[in-house]
Amino acid sequence: MTVGQLWTALLTLTRKEASRVLRIWPQTLVPPVVTTSLYFVIFGSLIGSRIGSMGGRQYMDFIVPGLVMMAVITNSYANVSSSFFSAKFQRNVEEMLVSPMPSAIILLGYVLGGVLRGLAVGVVVAIVALLFSNVTVVNWPLSIVMMLGTSVLFSLAGFFNALFARTFDDISIIPTFVLTPLTYLGGVFFSITLLPDFWQSIARINPILYMIDGFRLGVLGTSDIDVRLSIVVVLTFITVMFVADLVLLKRGYRLRS
Amino acid sequence: MNKALSIRGLRKTYHNGVEALKGIDLEVDAGDFFALLGPNGAGKSTTIGVVVSLINKTAGSVKVFGVDIDQDFSRAKSLIAVVPQEFNFNMFEKVEQIILNQAGYYGIPRTQARSRCERFLRQLGLWEKRHDVARELSGGMKRRLMIARALVHQPKLLILDEPTAGVDIELRASMWTFLRQINAEGVTIILTTHYLEEAENLCRNIAIINHGELVEHTNMQQLLHRLQHQTVILDLATPQTALPEVTQWQWVLTDPETLEVEVDRTIGLSPVFSTLEHHHIRVLSMRNKSNRLETLFLGLVGSNVKNNNKEEV
Repeated sequence: MTVGQLWTALLTLTRKEASRVLRIWPQTLVPPVVTTSLYFVIFGSLIGSRIGSMGGRQYMDFIVPGLVMMAVITNSYANVSSSFFSAKFQRNVEEMLVSPMPSAIILLGYVLGGVLRGLAVGVVVAIVALLFSNVTVVNWPLSIVMMLGTSVLFSLAGFFNALFARTFDDISIIPTFVLTPLTYLGGVFFSITLLPDFWQSIARINPILYMIDGFRLGVLGTSDIDVRLSIVVVLTFITVMFVADLVLLKRGYRLRS
Repeated sequence: MNKALSIRGLRKTYHNGVEALKGIDLEVDAGDFFALLGPNGAGKSTTIGVVVSLINKTAGSVKVFGVDIDQDFSRAKSLIAVVPQEFNFNMFEKVEQIILNQAGYYGIPRTQARSRCERFLRQLGLWEKRHDVARELSGGMKRRLMIARALVHQPKLLILDEPTAGVDIELRASMWTFLRQINAEGVTIILTTHYLEEAENLCRNIAIINHGELVEHTNMQQLLHRLQHQTVILDLATPQTALPEVTQWQWVLTDPETLEVEVDRTIGLSPVFSTLEHHHIRVLSMRNKSNRLETLFLGLVGSNVKNNNKEEV
């Protein structure tokens, strides 16, 4: 395929994914807003007022970056895993497999779809956050890099999950039993400096901690971890997941007999 | 003559040890209308799956218009289109969107894709349904949608895996007309079907697969010529109770006005009609007892069909 044809293919796939997000907006865009609003009301306003400050900021302000990132992570992941698995389930993935579109473009198209939804929901949640807090972004470039990088990473992770999945249960197990606990333990609601040394060491194994912390530094200007380490962690995981997805997709893992 | 498809030593063994293809050699000429037949589980769909890259082969080579799928996969894929047995489009998408997306996957710009989409949807009688969600279409419409989708990148080789399964007679006839038309426009067509009448009517060349092996690969006319006997049904003008005694052929009255005649091809029907005329037995009409290709097909793969207790052939 020529460069122009590759561009057309990528544009087509991305547009298809974007229109899917908009077509099922009650499932994709509304729930994060409702959930996050509840977090702000319960943890921020009701309980947060009793907590006082954390990381040098009002508790309500402290949880804003974590909640935005939580929405970005879960929505990027869910978009790609459910969309690609649905394509496998309905067998319309064959439309792409029989076409001359390279595997890298298929992967990129789905990742862009996941990023679009992740960022869209992230922005909506951030707007909701403004109703409850007085947060102003300290470092826009860092905030955007961390948000974008995290969204790309979890879109790739969602694709990986969908490749392995044989049933719809398989795409809900990872978010429920892995993603949600890691996100909650990744410092959404607390600073890891509150933990004893031993548990801090354990918490540092969790890659989501670095993403939330890096984003919090960009938004609030406070951090528990060296931001360079956070960026390296995100880039490393993106590289590993991209290569793993691409190799499996090229081999047609659980796609071709 | 150019070969649209050239398969050499194609083997496929699945992970569970099933040897679906045992070294198939197959060639299809450019411009041909080709029938690929075989009982269920014979290896037809596996062969097609390998050609269109939905199944990884174990061994062998596949060339599409001289392009080896192992060497220039992208180029080979752009020359082929497949209409599978099962519906494999997103049931929640609109008809027009399914076609436009497929065009996009082949790198066709949106403006060009729109004009092709309109052309094929109109030709296949789906233009009025273009804004409908795919799941709302009838079975026949869904099948036509898959044909329109397959044609949107203007392939040189179109593979149809039972395209008329579950389609009513009128629609089947219109699909035959459409397929003949695109074949006349230069598209090579490979057809698998359980309707042997369809293969006999549409196809010029034929291959029959059984147990993962090619048991026949020839010209349709030559294959039909091999029939030693033919059985015809004659509708008689007046009821008969007895028939003249003959030795060159066999006949029997299935009812007083219906005569079933089995005659060797070398003898032909002329002496049959002469004998009937000599005995003042008038014939109103005549028809074949069964489809000729079906007779041959059952001869070639009949034991397999019986063993598998399949009703379909």
